[in-house]
Amino acid sequence: MLYGLAVILGFLVAGEAASDFLHLPLPGTVSGMVLLLIWCLIRKGADERTAQAATGLLRYLGLFFLPAGAGVMALSGLLREQGIAMVAVLVLSTLMTLLATALTLAWLLKRRAAHKDDAA
Amino acid sequence: MNPWQSLQNFPGTWLALTCAAFLLADYLYLKSGRFALLNPVLVGIVLVIVSLLVLHVPYATYFEQARLIHFLLAPATVALAIPLYINIQRMKAIAGPLLIAVTVGSVTGIVSAVLLGRWLGLSMPVLLSFAPKSVTTPIAMALSARAGGLPSLTAGIVIVTGIVAAILLVPLLRWLRIDDDRVAGVAVGVAGHGIGTARAFQVSETAGAFSGLAMGLNGLLTSLLLPLLLAILL
Repeated sequence: MLYGLAVILGFLVAGEAASDFLHLPLPGTVSGMVLLLIWCLIRKGADERTAQAATGLLRYLGLFFLPAGAGVMALSGLLREQGIAMVAVLVLSTLMTLLATALTLAWLLKRRAAHKDDAA
Repeated sequence: MNPWQSLQNFPGTWLALTCAAFLLADYLYLKSGRFALLNPVLVGIVLVIVSLLVLHVPYATYFEQARLIHFLLAPATVALAIPLYINIQRMKAIAGPLLIAVTVGSVTGIVSAVLLGRWLGLSMPVLLSFAPKSVTTPIAMALSARAGGLPSLTAGIVIVTGIVAAILLVPLLRWLRIDDDRVAGVAVGVAGHGIGTARAFQVSETAGAFSGLAMGLNGLLTSLLLPLLLAILL
């Protein structure tokens, strides 16, 4: 567990450094994720101990949101003023995202299946 | 200093409270048969807030001491690379359509949130907190902080977005007459990140795997596209 955790923390630091020094638009944590992904792709497999530590961390992912999430208590004024508009934006935008993604993929897969039939 | 004051400034107090809140929330969620509105993160946040209000503890005091748990979000975000890698291996066959669909969904999510939000009169920090709402919470919070939004608000918005996507998925696909688990998985993964992925696994293993990949790709794409789209839209 400790070895895997050290590897993940190493990638985290590398990601922060990459975002800072190269002025990447990505947050350091995301750069770290990309670097770890590239490492897996290069060695054509995820390192066993790193994968174990990753699974361990991700199992409790929900817990890690609580300290920051509780920060909404400091925003109660904002929620009172704009809460209804927020809910409207949230529901409509989520609906549009689902629709756009589902229709695009369904159409592309259908087109591809039709091409295959033509070829056969 | 009285004992209660020193307990307030002891990290152990708030680490214990946070863990207990999450364990209780998780227990309630499992007991309810994974009822979407009882999402453990949402309930856990409510439990922490209620405890702080009852104990008259300011949020800043709590957060200062519970920082250790907050910090673990960073390595957990890096760890997302592992499931992303495993899912990529499984989806190479339809990589093209998948990438296009995730891109379309990602752009739709950001643009629709910003334009609708502006139309309905949301203030700028709220608008910026909404922009990354469809990506997984750790990435969304980092993006929100970077863009000038309110990360705590983003955490709440992201979780509720996931719940809404999970609830809408099945009725919407039935209405569209789409009966393809790959499509269901990708749609709910792009719109509703990890919470959507949990819903997709209830549909089928295939839907869950596609959802996990779509969520990972969307996190990556949104990180790249968000600064660009915000510069164009605002």
